[in-house]
Amino acid sequence: MLSYIIRRVFQSVLVLLIVGLVAFAMFTFIGDPIDNMLGQERTQEDVERLRERLGLDQPFVVQYVKFIISAAQGNFGVSYEQGRPVADILAERAPATLELAAVSGLFALSLGIVLGVFTAIRRNGFAANLIMGTSLIGVSLPTFLIGILLIYVFSVELDWLPSFGRGETVQIGGWTTGFLTGSGLRALILPAITLGLYQMTLIMRLVRSEMLEVLRQDYVRFARARGLSERAVTFRHALKNTMVPVITVTGLQLGSIIAFAIITETVFQWPGVGLLFINAVQFVDIPVMAAYLMLISLMFVAINLAVDLLYVAIDPRLRT
Amino acid sequence: MTTVTKPKSRFARFWDSDFAYNFRRSPVAMVSFAIVAILVISSMFAPLFATMNPFNPANLDLLNGFTPPGTPNDFTGERFLMGTDDQGRDVYSTILYGMRVSLFVGFAAVMLGMVIGVTMGLISGYFGGWTDTIIMRVADVQLTFPSILVAMLIFGVAKGFTPVEYRDQLAIWVLILAIGLSDWVQFARVVRGATLVERNKEYVQAARLMGRGAFPILFRHILPNVLSPVLVIATISLALAIIAEATLSFLGVGAPSTQPSLGTLIRIGQGYLFSGEWWILFFPSVTLLALALSVNMLGDWLRDALNPKLR
Repeated sequence: MLSYIIRRVFQSVLVLLIVGLVAFAMFTFIGDPIDNMLGQERTQEDVERLRERLGLDQPFVVQYVKFIISAAQGNFGVSYEQGRPVADILAERAPATLELAAVSGLFALSLGIVLGVFTAIRRNGFAANLIMGTSLIGVSLPTFLIGILLIYVFSVELDWLPSFGRGETVQIGGWTTGFLTGSGLRALILPAITLGLYQMTLIMRLVRSEMLEVLRQDYVRFARARGLSERAVTFRHALKNTMVPVITVTGLQLGSIIAFAIITETVFQWPGVGLLFINAVQFVDIPVMAAYLMLISLMFVAINLAVDLLYVAIDPRLRT
Repeated sequence: MTTVTKPKSRFARFWDSDFAYNFRRSPVAMVSFAIVAILVISSMFAPLFATMNPFNPANLDLLNGFTPPGTPNDFTGERFLMGTDDQGRDVYSTILYGMRVSLFVGFAAVMLGMVIGVTMGLISGYFGGWTDTIIMRVADVQLTFPSILVAMLIFGVAKGFTPVEYRDQLAIWVLILAIGLSDWVQFARVVRGATLVERNKEYVQAARLMGRGAFPILFRHILPNVLSPVLVIATISLALAIIAEATLSFLGVGAPSTQPSLGTLIRIGQGYLFSGEWWILFFPSVTLLALALSVNMLGDWLRDALNPKLR
């Protein structure tokens, strides 16, 4: 048990170090930072002095270790494009992405569970079949087409909801929130649906199949025999036992919501971290790309590690 | 008296096979196959089917710009089946040429992913030990990231390494590399599993006794026996690769506008969403959808047809 945990933690740290190496290699091999920092009128001595001051004359390994240490302290260098520290830009952009991810996750979870239960208890009904059929098409549609479709219907044709940006935001400390203004909330709706739709269908299908499984079990039949109302049987007894796999899947999907936010943020010009990353790729803004790469891998590795450790905590068979 | 039975032709034998029977019984498979065939052929021979080469400026007439589909242009009186874009390009022709890029990138990326994945899977399953551990660890790590994100990162890194003046020319190849490297894991896992089973069978032991080297055994003996699941994964990967390519190009980190794919066309069309020129966006989107959906359905059918255990 303990050795398993140690091994997993060790692996996670190794992965992060390798990702850091990739990020560092991007810095080292793409362009010469000296060229970027010194103008045309420079002497060989200036170059040497700056090289020494920046530590670029040191061996590769020493530079790499320094890079990792400063990254761990949240120092990712200065953006080539904006000329500001990357950490500041990220901190400024993060609230937009996190709010979007939270709302779409909530949307996916709540609607997914409701529709999953519905399609399971009315498994042969017309509405349930319609929902299942539509969900199949929804899964095969690329995210950006869903976004465009929603914009077309709700912004162009009906003119109900805004098609880009966050609307008005309120500044609370270092956090900008769109939750407190009407236009901020309205701006959230379409991006959140676009981002959450795939996860919603995933959760719906999962809940449906788990419910169908559970509803066949004896304890549900006994609950019915005891004269409990159908509602109590479904929600109190059956649904509870479908939640374990749903929670694990939701946990694992958290990472992909953040990753797929890149696409949604581009469609809706949502000023979050994903849009920042795409712009960085377009302009080959290495410090921003490297920082995003390391942050997102930290997140994925942490989520996976947490899920693995949770499994051990939940399932006694793994504790050997 | 001996009756001489004529040996059946290859085609007749194929027609009688389980596989072909299955195909004839499945309307979904036939319709998807027909759509894929039409789209692939029309884009392969795009110059024959297109009304113009939309990327030769000599063919373009700016007066034809923004002609709605089917109606004659106000100035020139020309008609266009799917309308024209801002520069007077025929949307129908750009779709054919764009689909060419999409399909080429999709096929090439799947090929690359397949070659890498199958090789890694064979080596991993056959040699075991440290080699196996390292390859599978790398695969596990890559699998924890969504493949579209991996492709984006590879694209970004590769773009950084290419010199500025070649970036547009090389974009297509970088795209193939990025998508190919992002989906080798599926192939490697399946092939590794199958190789583990095949490795201990008698024909492999016999080949080993005859003194054949490890690589001839892997590629001449084991490979043909692990190929059928690879085919299924390749088809499903193709649909995913086409969507991945479209997504990257849509985000502006894929095919350049000088060599647009369907995703690039949708990106361009999105700019006209509010000004009413719906056809510039609509037709490329529908084409992409038809292509991805039918390849996907074909893949699903193929999986059921080649794997009787699932039925």
